[in-house]
Amino acid sequence: MARIASEKTIQATKNKESRKNYIKKNFVLYLFLVPAVVLVFIFNYIPMYGVTIAFKDFSPIKGIMGSEWIGFDHFINFLQSPNFQQIFMNTIKLSAFELLIGFPIPIILALMLNQLRRAKVKKNVQLIIYAPYFLSTVVISGMLFIFLSPAGPINEFLTLFMDEPVAFMTDPAYFRSVFIASSVWQVAGFSSIIYVAALSNVDPQLHDAATIDGASLLQRIIHIDLQVLKPTIAVLFILAIGGIMGVGFEKAYLLQTDMNLPASEIIDTYVYKRGLQAGDWSFGAAVGLFNSVISLLLLVIANTVVKKLNGETLY
Amino acid sequence: MKSKIDLVNNSKTDRMLLLINKIILILIVLIITAPLLYVLFGSFLSPNVLLTKGISLNPDDWTLDGYIRIFEDGSIVRGFLNSIMYAGGFSIVSVLFSILAGYALSVDNLAGKKLFMLFFIVTMFFNGGMIPTYLLIKELGMINTPWAIILPGAVSVWNIILSRTYFKGLPNELKEAARIDGASDLKIFLKIILPLSKPIIFVLALYAFIGQWNSYFNAMIYLEDQSLYPLQLVLREILIQNEVQPGMIADQLARAEIQKIAEMIKYSSIVVSSLPLLIMYPFFQKYFEKGVMVGSLK
Repeated sequence: MARIASEKTIQATKNKESRKNYIKKNFVLYLFLVPAVVLVFIFNYIPMYGVTIAFKDFSPIKGIMGSEWIGFDHFINFLQSPNFQQIFMNTIKLSAFELLIGFPIPIILALMLNQLRRAKVKKNVQLIIYAPYFLSTVVISGMLFIFLSPAGPINEFLTLFMDEPVAFMTDPAYFRSVFIASSVWQVAGFSSIIYVAALSNVDPQLHDAATIDGASLLQRIIHIDLQVLKPTIAVLFILAIGGIMGVGFEKAYLLQTDMNLPASEIIDTYVYKRGLQAGDWSFGAAVGLFNSVISLLLLVIANTVVKKLNGETLY
Repeated sequence: MKSKIDLVNNSKTDRMLLLINKIILILIVLIITAPLLYVLFGSFLSPNVLLTKGISLNPDDWTLDGYIRIFEDGSIVRGFLNSIMYAGGFSIVSVLFSILAGYALSVDNLAGKKLFMLFFIVTMFFNGGMIPTYLLIKELGMINTPWAIILPGAVSVWNIILSRTYFKGLPNELKEAARIDGASDLKIFLKIILPLSKPIIFVLALYAFIGQWNSYFNAMIYLEDQSLYPLQLVLREILIQNEVQPGMIADQLARAEIQKIAEMIKYSSIVVSSLPLLIMYPFFQKYFEKGVMVGSLK
């Protein structure tokens, strides 16, 4: 492709007539870029400038430019606030456990689906396990409230063996389990698509050859299937680490009840409450910035580590 | 795809493993379907039946009351129409702009291409966050307008990269031949590239539509008028905040009765709001798989 490209450039420069044409043609291409550039500039770059209010004492009347610089005060306030440790640890724990449990399951699921011989059966199973992905976060959360309420079907079953219903939605001790289990229920099936697709590229002859050589099913899965999945796993893992601090904010907010706050208050919900609901703009922006910086750091670290281990990289 | 050798040489443990594999998959299918079926059946039962008997298959217990109340009230229907507008508008903006940019960036010798890529990719790693974005939307006067839902986030870098990858995969000879014939870039794009791009357009539109359809957060922070609420925000009132829409209980006065009806309406509103996507996605399954394949090419 590079050769064709350079040939084209040579041709274009050689011929004056076509060079004129070339600029005209390129003009259209730049025009194609305009809407995307404008929208990304407005909605992505301007807020990056706006984040300077994290270092200011922002008041809506004075505007971003007019507000006074106060340095790192908001960050220090956040780091020293009594709930910092709890909120920070809640965020880390929720995301880390979700990653730990939620990341490998789609891979295992894909390996399992791959063992189904009949294409039709495989397709139907896939169709069913994809379904919850298409439910909205609001619906999933609503279903959790229905199923896990003290009088709900799960507790009705559990009280057959226990004296009291389990306070799934109000006891902080259950928040993470409920959150992660429901995430796995909702997306594990759909997340396996990418691995199933990668596995379909495995040459069946490889398996045949290995079988003749006496390899067991488990050996073939580990040494053939899993090897094929390695690059995909690496890239998705880096992405997952990068997204770790922003995980499941919409759902966490919906599942919050006054009583489970000690476990369910995470950085993003805190930013929303302090920044938007209480109008503490600068403080909210500072906490948000703190969060993005950590995400960025994690992404860079993950990318470096995976690159060292595997040679796969995101950028 | 498996050959015969494979079947013959399966050892005893292998066959055992395959059996266990099947059993676990059956269990998974049950775990996935049971809650969905429970909600579906529950939506046809009166709250009294559901509380005392649980899921009843006796036709005498069945009722359409929940559904009738939803349609009498109208807030779900209105939310539905709003969501179609938001998700539709969002998908059109998203796909159109991403594809145009993706195409321009797929052309080999476009001067400044690297700079444009950098401009887009930076946004993958860093963003201003919730508060600065909110202040911007406010500054633009877009609070309480559909634009606050449709425009921010419509152009995603991810979509630009996906379409760029797709366009790069198209045979270069087609473009070259047209270029030699003197076709302009615009003409090449409209007459040659676009007709070949239906799969990528469809995939991007599908993901954009579903993502927007199922989200509530931007609507929650940017919209104030109930008449502008998308479906998910109406659902949030019903399912999470336990608020009953007045039109749904116009005939009821007793508190206890209203509470019971509110429970029933939860089931039917889940069904009404989720069924369209659940019915449609099997028809689009191959496109979801295709989308993932394009994405995995990097």
